Amino acid sequence: MSVEKKYTESALVRFLRATEVDTRLLGMIGALILIWLGFHLYGHFVNGYGAFLTPRNLWNLSVQTSSIAVMATGMVLVIVTRHIDLSVGSLLGFSAMIMGVMQVWILPKFLGLGHPMIWPITVVVGIAFGALIGAFQGVLIAYLNIPAFIVTLGGLLIWRGASYLVARGETIAPVDQTFALIGGGPYGTIGATGSWILGIIVCLVIVLLLFNGRRQRKKFGFTTRPMWAELLIGGVGSALVIGAVMVMNAYPWPKGIVKKYAAANNIEIPDGGIFISHGFAFPILIALAVGVAMTFLATRTRFGRYVFAIGGNPEAAELAGINTKKMTMLIFSLMGALTGIAAVIASARLKSATLALGQFDELYVIAAAVIGGTSFAGGIGTIYGAILGALVMQSLQSGMVLIGFDSAIQQMVVGCVLVIAVFLDNLYRRNSV
Amino acid sequence: MNTQATEQQNTHAATPLVEMKDISISFGGVHAVDNASCDLYPGEVVGLLGHNGAGKSTLIKILSGAYTRDSGTIFVDGKKATIDNPRHAKDLGIETIYQTLALADNVDAAANLYLGREILTRWGTLDDAAMEAETRKVMNRLNPNFTRFKDPVKQLSGGQRQSVAIARAIHFNARILIMDEPTAALGPAETEQVGQLIHQLKNDGIGIFLISHDIHDVFDLADRVVVMKNGAVVGSAKTTDVTKDEVLGMIILGKCPAGATPGPGASTD
Repeated sequence: MSVEKKYTESALVRFLRATEVDTRLLGMIGALILIWLGFHLYGHFVNGYGAFLTPRNLWNLSVQTSSIAVMATGMVLVIVTRHIDLSVGSLLGFSAMIMGVMQVWILPKFLGLGHPMIWPITVVVGIAFGALIGAFQGVLIAYLNIPAFIVTLGGLLIWRGASYLVARGETIAPVDQTFALIGGGPYGTIGATGSWILGIIVCLVIVLLLFNGRRQRKKFGFTTRPMWAELLIGGVGSALVIGAVMVMNAYPWPKGIVKKYAAANNIEIPDGGIFISHGFAFPILIALAVGVAMTFLATRTRFGRYVFAIGGNPEAAELAGINTKKMTMLIFSLMGALTGIAAVIASARLKSATLALGQFDELYVIAAAVIGGTSFAGGIGTIYGAILGALVMQSLQSGMVLIGFDSAIQQMVVGCVLVIAVFLDNLYRRNSV
Repeated sequence: MNTQATEQQNTHAATPLVEMKDISISFGGVHAVDNASCDLYPGEVVGLLGHNGAGKSTLIKILSGAYTRDSGTIFVDGKKATIDNPRHAKDLGIETIYQTLALADNVDAAANLYLGREILTRWGTLDDAAMEAETRKVMNRLNPNFTRFKDPVKQLSGGQRQSVAIARAIHFNARILIMDEPTAALGPAETEQVGQLIHQLKNDGIGIFLISHDIHDVFDLADRVVVMKNGAVVGSAKTTDVTKDEVLGMIILGKCPAGATPGPGASTD
């Protein structure tokens, strides 16, 4: 294929080949930029105020995306192996409820209210609980051969009902104060300095990874990217990171919080007020950490290799000696654990465990994975795609709220975007193979 | 691998590499394989022949660990062997090239070659560079025209896919090679290539089972043929002792000629 194209290929194709950038990724980033600009300009011209591309909105967007993004990384592996998990929304609600009961009703009795061990115990219990239920569903799917659709559809009803029973229909609040920080908010961030330090570390890691990759290719005598392409990738990557730091730091604490903080720390507020930056919020840091860990798992480990091999050809994987049943069980267990993490973020953000928490999340999670390029035919999908997909979904959602669409229209737009995205994806695949 | 295998051939020539004895398996009341026995010696090519549904593929899938037999014994190097899954078979040096090739279409040649036996770095992560380098070496020997190491195997031609499957089977010091309809999807030139490869492997002392429903595919390559019909072995014969027509008679009528050793499936008239 490459030989035939040699003579007709354009500068763009040569550029893409040299940088080895995934064109899909570029497409998604392009779509995201369009959505962001579209909402901002619509607000600017129609409502007289462009609210989308403001530090405040982008900061909120990062926090709102986190919980869906965490679950979407797991959904990629589930869908890649030709399964589905419809139970994540209900399981999120159930895990959150268990954690609520844990930290509000049970642990204070034994440890005393506000004990420093309450939040870590709660978090561990919540995640382990998610993993356990995920593993249970995985066993039913893998060893009893019940289709994943049915098992998790059952789960969707069962876990929602179970969380109602556990809490006797009540909302459980308020959660532990330290636990609540995981959900973000002015105190739940790493601040301006912390964000800069993190940003610089990430830039260094990017450079290190590029350098290491180049050395590895040289060692085995494979072709390497031209130097300008390496520099460009490193430069653009670092610029994006620094840009994100600056945006997050440009969103100040609200005046009321600053006043309280100043009073508590005996700081006098000068005339212009004090500018205290939010910086990166904990939820987005958790989501990014999960993203990195899951990317590593999917691309650098045996587990990930087997996931994709099973998705590509289950029979071949079996004949290659891969224990596909055990893999299926583990994948669903992992999905459950990630749902547990998402439950921590979601309930900490609300500072309570409510009955409706996580409702319809399964649809957003699946949509995020699919918009991110995960194929229902199996074997194809990326973690970063799913995270970007989650960002696209959340951008649409909060963008429409900002410009004042009512919820009926919102749902219809999200639905249309999902279908169109998959259609475009099919077109892209047909042309690229 | 070379010298070791030849040595084995000299010293243990009397012990078969593989002996399958009285193997039976049924699926839902159908006796797919019924009391079948066959053996394979080092450096020997045995053609396993029969119509579609004669049970040859099933018998061989029992040897490769894809199916678990209901009864019967398998000896490898004269020792009783437990083969309950594909992993066991591979540990014993039994490699299989399936008719469907059994490749994961969405990953590249190296990932397929090493599927289930990945090279890991000292951190326990996948060493993709090392696997690709090894794959380049193997493929260069097997099919020098092969250059598409980065593409998913879905995008390769039938012959290229075949070479990936073959490379996977012989790269891990196989001693017993099972080839299920190896040339069914290939053109004449590629078929010729596979024939040459079989000769080369045979000289290395590897024992090969060639499975086919078409006698012309295997007669010239095989030292011996074993014919199956309706799940039972009709008989076995050295290819020098029988004619193609006689073997055809075994396949179609189940009639055992004078030059062949009859099995339980031979017709008695």
